[in-house]
Amino acid sequence: MLQPRNAIEDPRFFRIVAVIIAALFIALNLLLPLLVVFSEALSSGLHAALVALKEPDARSAIRLTLIVAAITVPANVIFGLAASWAITKFDFWGKSFLVTLIDIPFSVSPVISGLIYVLMFGMQGWLGPWLRDHDIKIIFALPGIVLATIFVTFPFVARELIPLMSDQSRDEEEAAVSLGASGFSTFWRVTLPNIKWGLLYGVLLCNARAMGEFGAVSVVSGHIRGLTDTMPLHVEVLYNDYQYVGAFAVASLLALLALITLLVKSFLEWRYADEIAATHRH
Amino acid sequence: MSSIAGSSRIAFRKPSALPGFLPTFAFTIFYLSTVVLIPLAALVIRPWSLGFDGFIAAVTTPRVLAALELSFGAAATAAIINTVFGFIVAWVLVRYRFPFKRLIDALVDLPFALPTAVAGIALATLYSQKGWIGGALAPWDIKIAYTPLGVIVALTFIGLPFVVRTLQPVLADMGPQAEEAAATLGATRLQTFVRVVLPALTPALLTGAAMAFARAVGEYGSVIFIAGNLPMVSEIAPLLIVIKLEQFDYAGAAAVGLTMLAASFLILLALNALQGYLSTRR
Repeated sequence: MLQPRNAIEDPRFFRIVAVIIAALFIALNLLLPLLVVFSEALSSGLHAALVALKEPDARSAIRLTLIVAAITVPANVIFGLAASWAITKFDFWGKSFLVTLIDIPFSVSPVISGLIYVLMFGMQGWLGPWLRDHDIKIIFALPGIVLATIFVTFPFVARELIPLMSDQSRDEEEAAVSLGASGFSTFWRVTLPNIKWGLLYGVLLCNARAMGEFGAVSVVSGHIRGLTDTMPLHVEVLYNDYQYVGAFAVASLLALLALITLLVKSFLEWRYADEIAATHRH
Repeated sequence: MSSIAGSSRIAFRKPSALPGFLPTFAFTIFYLSTVVLIPLAALVIRPWSLGFDGFIAAVTTPRVLAALELSFGAAATAAIINTVFGFIVAWVLVRYRFPFKRLIDALVDLPFALPTAVAGIALATLYSQKGWIGGALAPWDIKIAYTPLGVIVALTFIGLPFVVRTLQPVLADMGPQAEEAAATLGATRLQTFVRVVLPALTPALLTGAAMAFARAVGEYGSVIFIAGNLPMVSEIAPLLIVIKLEQFDYAGAAAVGLTMLAASFLILLALNALQGYLSTRR
């Protein structure tokens, strides 16, 4: 019986070599860059790294990043909830086309995501002269940074909720409504409890990208130090100034955010696999 | 709209007992149009202010062509590298049991979560002459940072999860039946792998490679630090857009952006067609 068994199982030697190749590739390609961030940040000791984080420009970059995420994430959550309610609770013409449109930002280069807002609101953009006459600043200011960040994180919540909610039947909501519940309380008491972990999953990924976005924000921010530099942009400024400890100190904050995101994401996928679209979509 | 939906035969949407279609649908369309569709329309329309000949001239200067060639060439190379190693990683993660498997599985998502600027400075440091990897390669006179090779390294970093995460669920769902059948019919392990396993995985491999490629073409943050950004040599197309914007050449920037989008769209369409052809032939 040894012969057929060999044909469905890989030889032991092959298995060991494959595992070693995979582990080496992950270590070289993913683990080393992560370790370099922390090792460079701490290269002059923990104290130097902490001092770099207390610089006024670093603090203002951290504050700006938090403000941008605090506007972007709720905006995309409201959109994601509205879009998934309209798309999954009703049948209408052109629905799958609408779902495709929502995914567009994922296939657009970050730089182009910033460029389109410059074309709209920049000095020589469509609305540029009008905005200048009315003294409204969008590009090289907070509104532009928020818009570009909303664009790149646009699909995260919606694309998590839409598959999740289309797998769930409408029976529960229909029962609630026929028993006299209002639309809002139906959503709050029936729908939301069914999608809360999926929603949290979407928010988690949306937030990570919102805080870490570089390309799109870099195009619209104008790099005004202490004013329009977010954390990733501040990393670039410090790095190009040869202030490596500072650059990697700010970078390691962002890397910590990424690690926490991955940890919570893995936990949600493990604990609530049935209630998250990403884990049973495929 | 909703009041006549029940009576009209060519109704826009089917009647439903649930409330809230109009507000959620209207908000979805409004938000999608404001944030995504109208700004993207600016990208499509703006380049033509140069006239057709002007547009062609803007995207066929030697510097633009060199940048497009590097962006698409390096993205394709990185996608191929990731297809090979991503296949091995997905294979060992689904099929084998080994130490630190969970850690490796979680690390695969790192490029999704780590901000691109952080990855960029980490890779640049790692592969520079004084870095852990760059220093180790220096005695052999191999330079990676600040050369086109550096671009490939960065694009390989960001592309891996697309291949692994596309392949994993397909591999897990595949089950041993087909392989067992091949084995009982007398196939060797190698034959089973080449004739049974690989054809079944080809569509997923193509999808993963296409996603990694699409992401890599537009990638900016992780590349610019390691690339060196020498015009005609290691300057990527997204960087050229940024440079043109800094010179207030909006139409030129939009022309390069539109060309990039159109080219990657055509390549994805071709890969999609190839995938369709392969799955009908099977």
